[in-house]
Order: sequence, then structure tokens, then C-alpha cells
Amino acid sequence: MERPAELAARDPAEYLRAQEQKGLLRFITCGSVDDGKSTLIGRLLYEARLILDDQLAALELDSKRVGTRGGELDFALLVDGLAAEREQGITIDVAYRFFETERRKFIVADTPGHEQYTRNMVTGASTADLAVILVDARKGVLTQTRRHSVLVQLLGISRVVLAINKMDLVAYSRTTFEAILADYRTFASGIGLADVTPVPLSAVHGDNIISRGPNMPWYQGPTLIEHLERVAVRTDDAGAALRMPVQWVNRPNADFRGFAGQIVSGTVRPGDRVRVLPSGREARVARVVTAGGDLEAATAGQSVTLTLDAELDVARGDLIAAADSPPQVADQFEATIVWLHDEPMLQGRAYLMKAGARTVSATVSPLKHKINVNTLEHTAAERLELNDIGVCELELDRSIPFEPYRENRALGGFILIDRLTNNTVGAGLIHFALRRSQNLHWQAVDVDKQTRSRQKGQRACVLWLTGLSGAGKSTIANLVEKRLTASGRHTYLLDGDNVRHGLNKDLGFTAQDRVENIRRVAEVSKLMLDAGLIVLVSFISPFRSERRMARALFAPGEFFEVFIDTPLAEAERRDVKGLYRKARRGEIKNFTGIDSPYEPPESPEIHIETMRLDPDAAAERIVARLMALKVTGPA
Amino acid sequence: MPAMSTDQSGAAARAATGGEPAARELARVAPLGHLERLEAESIHILREVVAGCERPVMLYSAGKDSAVMLHLAVKAFYPAVPPFPLLHVDTTWKFRAMYEFRDRRARELGMQLLVHVNADGLRAGVNPFTHGSQLYTDVMKTEALRQALDKYGFDAAFGGARRDEEKSRAKERIFSFRSAGHRWDPRQQRPELWALYNTRKRPGESLRVFPLSNWTELDVWLYIWREEIPIVPLYFAAERPVVERGGALIVVDDERMPLEPTERPAPRRVRFRTLGCYPLTAAIESEADTLSAIIRETLLSRSSERCGRVIDHDAAASMERKKREGYF
Repeated sequence: MERPAELAARDPAEYLRAQEQKGLLRFITCGSVDDGKSTLIGRLLYEARLILDDQLAALELDSKRVGTRGGELDFALLVDGLAAEREQGITIDVAYRFFETERRKFIVADTPGHEQYTRNMVTGASTADLAVILVDARKGVLTQTRRHSVLVQLLGISRVVLAINKMDLVAYSRTTFEAILADYRTFASGIGLADVTPVPLSAVHGDNIISRGPNMPWYQGPTLIEHLERVAVRTDDAGAALRMPVQWVNRPNADFRGFAGQIVSGTVRPGDRVRVLPSGREARVARVVTAGGDLEAATAGQSVTLTLDAELDVARGDLIAAADSPPQVADQFEATIVWLHDEPMLQGRAYLMKAGARTVSATVSPLKHKINVNTLEHTAAERLELNDIGVCELELDRSIPFEPYRENRALGGFILIDRLTNNTVGAGLIHFALRRSQNLHWQAVDVDKQTRSRQKGQRACVLWLTGLSGAGKSTIANLVEKRLTASGRHTYLLDGDNVRHGLNKDLGFTAQDRVENIRRVAEVSKLMLDAGLIVLVSFISPFRSERRMARALFAPGEFFEVFIDTPLAEAERRDVKGLYRKARRGEIKNFTGIDSPYEPPESPEIHIETMRLDPDAAAERIVARLMALKVTGPA
Repeated sequence: MPAMSTDQSGAAARAATGGEPAARELARVAPLGHLERLEAESIHILREVVAGCERPVMLYSAGKDSAVMLHLAVKAFYPAVPPFPLLHVDTTWKFRAMYEFRDRRARELGMQLLVHVNADGLRAGVNPFTHGSQLYTDVMKTEALRQALDKYGFDAAFGGARRDEEKSRAKERIFSFRSAGHRWDPRQQRPELWALYNTRKRPGESLRVFPLSNWTELDVWLYIWREEIPIVPLYFAAERPVVERGGALIVVDDERMPLEPTERPAPRRVRFRTLGCYPLTAAIESEADTLSAIIRETLLSRSSERCGRVIDHDAAASMERKKREGYF
């Protein structure tokens, strides 16, 4: 047979055609730390003669210098590319390697085994079609083996190779192999992983990776590479209904308005009737534009630009879908969330959610349960810590088109982003829309907030007083309200202690209860503002993100953050209610300023330093500011 | 010599298979081929940055990876011109042919080309011969790049780096977050799931984005062949004046290169697999003067692409160190 290089030189077109038909398998290696994932990939590349001469020379040198195999080739050093990884002999982040055999192309993601770096494992797994889960034959199935299996199943990777490694260290024992396999199968069928192919191997010595070797004559199945070359790969969903999230609106001039995006499923042709979601408006596709000329058809996977035959309002984040089978649109979902950040996920906190090309605000309400990866038990929880997996209900600020993750990865997968740090903190998979989301509609009313405010001769607003316990919030709020009422304004004072006696008496003082406490109060003050009132809120409200969430409920000019600024030492010295003393004695847990943080406002509308102003002067100052802003004058 | 941009044998082969322009082949409703898949992914990445960032820029070095990235940008935003400028961080030690090619391509595409030189480094006379490759690279490339990004306030920069080039690149995200000061922290990379890229950042923070992350050297050559992408002629074998230094073949591109008394540039038939600053980029002996011959050579090679880059060998983990400090 002609060698590929000679074919490429003689007939590049024919060579390219053969290459294009090869097919690509993306897979990950995962499993517990020290099960030999990096070593396996290194060995695979070495046996397939894919390590080039200068790389091999560097590896020989590295193995002597920092290797863990007593000067022998340490294959892990081929993939552990970060200085910190080589120093510690562990994998921290996912490495991508590219190789091909005569039958197939491969992208392998070598993922870390430490629980600490699960987010990097999830990163690698999200784009994989197959997972090679390694097990150390001496140790059998471990917690990390189970955790990674659960994540693999969640992310929709249905094909698993159970690579039972280090067989050389158990004398190539068939009994050991079969015992581990039986143990794993029990667990795998419990989580719905049916397609498991076991291979006994030794990454260090090379048994059953490319060739069989003489050590395990009892094993009749395929070698690892044989299996990877033959296993069926996922194909694009060209036959499904058309879905294309609009990434960018292309308007080079007044005559052209194209919608650029990558088709995630289906096929599109000029003349096809499409529906734009969430607006629901319809049009026909006029052209499928590419730089190489207009296309007669484009299919799943392609990045194209569509023009429509009607002037529709289409923006980034919208979805162009087949008009005869559009996906659902909803703003409340049940979803699985994998938490990827050190700061825990709190119920009631608003996160940014990126799904397709759309970014919306999403609040967890409530968290239904956490999944114990060892026992698969569902346990009640109010927060998700780093690497936790939980099922929750999500409430969005807008409706989005979606499909369940199981049916369409691109329309059912999302990430959660922290509003303050912009970090990617969670990964989510949509199960289904909640029924209440589809049946609950806003009731339009004729008398609105402006009408009600005007009737009272004022402009409704919210004064949000935040500060430490004992800072003087309630005293000052009380004085402000008296002054406003005396001058004929209509007000209401929501006080932290009072609300906790009624509306919020079911809540405690943990971080997640504090978030919920503030959410309810913010919603109540919104209703009162809607009624036309000047609302005074006097709450410690220690977290910036919840005060931001409260602010986000209101229109610009309606919300005034008032920082009652009293140093902790002074508040503790006053200790009007004796709470600081109790907290110091450990009788009260999660007390703000003592064992729970207070995050001061960064730019409050009004800043009151109580060391300089007595309560009367403070109230005077606040009312004066309201007058200056014409809030208390007629609307 | 004219700047060779198309490969005669490639064009001939295509004519024999029906003469269809390559892109027309996409019209069929068949599973996408490997290059089509890579192309579609890269275009998605390019558009995501333009939609999600305020002031993107494309780093353009006039090399083959830059050529492919630029070609993909033209495709991604067609019929609009790519909505960002090109930025060349110029060490002043590139090959003359690269400068000519760079200016011509920007002109042909109607794109704005920004050229930035580290003026302080230039004044101090920093060069690869007397200051050593490490200091020279720090000053004229890494520092210069940071200066240029700050000067224009770019919040995202496209680079043509690929994961198959080097071990620390293989560890990097497609959207690589940089803190204020352009530093990369490999231990705190953002999770990057599916094709959902997080472009959010605070003022002063920025992104380096690598649309060719999943391409290999071979993919790049096959795509150049398929799409007939113009490349600088230095990639094709020709007779060039060469001196041998520490086993590396260095092409003497101009009179600034100080020669040892025993060194006499001699004509040798060479080409480049990778292009950087001429004193730091080793040529290889080769007869490959067409794209198909280059593809054959790539398939048969037993050494890696960056073998010819002197700066990669400075110290163990040198690429990671440079990247942490703001290098691409």
C-alpha cells in the first residue's frame, strides 16, 4: 500500500479526501489520582510512534531529572506540561493531545484525578464522546472513580472504557480483574451507564494498549487502541429539526442584514420557514451566505450567515428554529448543577446564566437535593460546595428557548457566572421546564405605580439602610419616617427584627437563610413601592450581592442605598441588645461582624458616619438628600 | 522573485476533480469533514469574541498560522470586513519578506494594520545577538505586546497558537483569561465547558483567544492547500545565504547580523517550518517548493515544529514562564 506521505505528494486531493473521511473521536482519560492516566496517554503516543525524536530526547532528559520512575522513561511528563505538575508529579489541569492512526483521528483530554481539580475534569469531559476510566488494579473502585463515572454519565458520555491498570502489580490476575469489573458494573448500572468495555492493561509496560503482550493470555477482548478505532462515534444531528443560536448580527451596510451562527442541529435551505425565538415571529430563509458563495444547504456543525425574507427584529441570543417544530420557551427549569467554585452556591442568589449565545439572570429557588456520589443517595441541602452535584429549580429573569440536555447538548447545557468576579462558577444541564412557568402570566393592570404615586403627591422610592447590628439603623429609620410623615408623605418602615417575627420567622442566620431573608424583603418593598409608598428598609443585609439583587428589582432612581457606618468596635461597645456579648461567648452563631462577614457598600447613595452625626442630624441629612433629589416632592 | 501564494500542483489536482472551488463542496448535505469541522469551530470562536468583547484585536505575525487565522476571520464576518484591526508586535528582526507580505495582505483585505515596536528597547539597542534570546524576547516581544495592548486598550486579542505546538499550550483554554497586568495563572483557569465561552471581565482584565487551539500543523497545511491561502514564500524551499550556528541553519537576511571571522554565508537550499525573528529561527534543508511537497515533508518529519525556535529551549518550562508574564 502507498504510504500516506507519498499519496499526499502525488495527489493531495485524494489524500485530503481520505483524511476527511477518517472520523474523529474525542475522548478523555479520568479516574482517581495515581491510577496512571497521564502515563497511559504517554505510552499510547510512544507505542504508536507519535513521539518525535526531539520530544523523546527531551523526555529522556526530563525522566532522569524529575521523573518518578528511577530514570526510566516517565511518560506522564509528556502530558504534564505545567511546572507545578512536574514538580509535584500530579495533573492539575486538562491537557489536550492530538494523534491519529490509519483508521481514525483522536483528540484526547487527559484530566486530573484530584477531587480539588474536578472543574478541570468537567471541562475536558464536556466535549468528549467517550471516557476511559482508569482503575488501579491494587485499589479497585474508589470514590473518585465513582465521582468521575457520575459526571461522565451526567454530561451524556454514554460509552465508557473501564481500563483496569497496573495489572503487572497484581501478577496479571484474572480474578482481580473480574472482581473489580463486577464491582464497577454494579455501580455503573445504578447510574445508567450501560455501555462499559473493560480492558486489563499495564500502562507502564504497554500490555493491551496497542499490542497484547504475553502476560494476559486469558483476555480475549480488544486492545485499547483497537477499541478506540472501532467504537461508533457520535454523528451530527443533521436529520433533527433546525436550531441555530444567533451569535452576531452582520450589518456591513444598509442593504445587508445577516444572522451569523453555528447550526447545532438540522439542515437549512433557502425557502425554509423558520421561527425566531423567544419572539415567535416567522419568516423564510432568503440566503445561506458564506464567503465561498451562497449555499444550497447547510447542516449541523457548520458556521453560516442566514438572511431572511422579512424584516424581523433578531438579536444576539435569539434562536432560529424550524417553524414546524420549534423548541419550548420557558423561564423556570429543573436542572442538575455541578458546582465549580470555592465560594458555595447559595439559594436565592442571582447568577448570570449563559446558554447558547444568550446571557440571562438566574436564581436558584430552591435547591431540591444533593447527590452523594458514593451511594447515589439524595440528601437535602441548602447550598452546593465546590464539586457538589445537585438538582435544583432555576428562575430566570427572561424566557429562553431550550431543549433538555439529553436531547440537545447545545441547547440544554449552560454555565453560571458570578456577577461580581465574573468567574465561571457552575455548569448546568436542563431537565425540563416547570409547569408553573408555562401557565403563570403577568396580569396587566390599568392603575400603575406612577398613578398611585401621583395620587399621594410623591415619588415612590426605597431607602435601603444597611450596616452592622447596633449601628443605629432602626433608630435613624424611625426618625426619618417620623419627619416624612409629619410633612404629609406616605411611608412604610420594614424593620429586620419585626419582619423576622412574621414573614420570615422560618428563617435562621446561615448564609443561605440571610440571602432568602433579603430576597423576601426586597420583593415586599417592591410591592410597596408599586403601591406608591416611600419604603424604608432597615436590615443588616451584610452581602453585597444581595443588596445588588435588591437594587436590580427597581428602576433607576428608585433605590437608595444608605450606609449606616459605625465601626465594629463602637457597635460592640454600645451593644444595645446585648447580642455582641452573646456572640463573643459563642451563644449566637453566624453573627455579623463576629463570625460572619459584613461587606460594606462600595458606592452608597447616602453615607452616614455615626461617629460624626447623632441620629437626629443623620435623619435630617437623609431627608435633605431626598428633597434635593426631588424624591419627596410631587412627581 | 514573486511572492508565491498558490501551489501549482494543488490547483492542478483540483482542476482534475471537477474544478469546483473548494468552498462549494460545503453545499452537500453530508457529514462534515475534519477541516470543515475545525473551520466551523474557529469561526464560532471568532464571532463569540466580537459579540462579547468591546475592543478585540488580531495579533498578526505574517506566519502560516496567522495566515490561516486571518482567512478564517474573513470567512467569519463576510460580507463585512473583520471588525477589528490587525496588530503586529514588531521586534524589527523579522525577515524582510514577512514585512512585505504583512503590508500587502492588510492592504488587500482593507484592514487596519497597527505596528508596535518597544521604543525603549529599540533605543537601548536590545538585539538577539548581544543580549541573549531570553532578555531580547522579554523586552521586544512580551513587554512590547503588553505595551501595545495597554496603549490601544484592547480587551481581547486573538493569537494563532495551537495546542499541539508545546506542552504548556496544550494546557491552555481557548479563551485564556489574563488579570490586569496581562498575567496568566495556569492554576486558576476558568472552567470552559462545551462551546460556552465566558467573555466577562472587569476593566483592565483581558482575554487571549486562540481560535486554532484544536488544529495541528498538518491541518494548517492541508487547509492552506484546500483554501489556496497566500503565505510568505519563506516556507518554500529556495537557495538562501546560510550560516551554521550551534547546529542551527540561520539565514542571513540582512547586513545587521554580526558574523564570526570564520563564518561565510553560503547558499543552501532551505525553507522554514516556523517563522519568527530571523536570528532565532532555524531553517531546514529541503527540496519542498510546493505545498504538496511540504505536506509530504510534514508527514514524514521525525522532529517537532518548534524544534527550530531557539527561544523555546532557553530553560525548562520556558514557554510557561513567558506566558505567565504576558507572552502569547
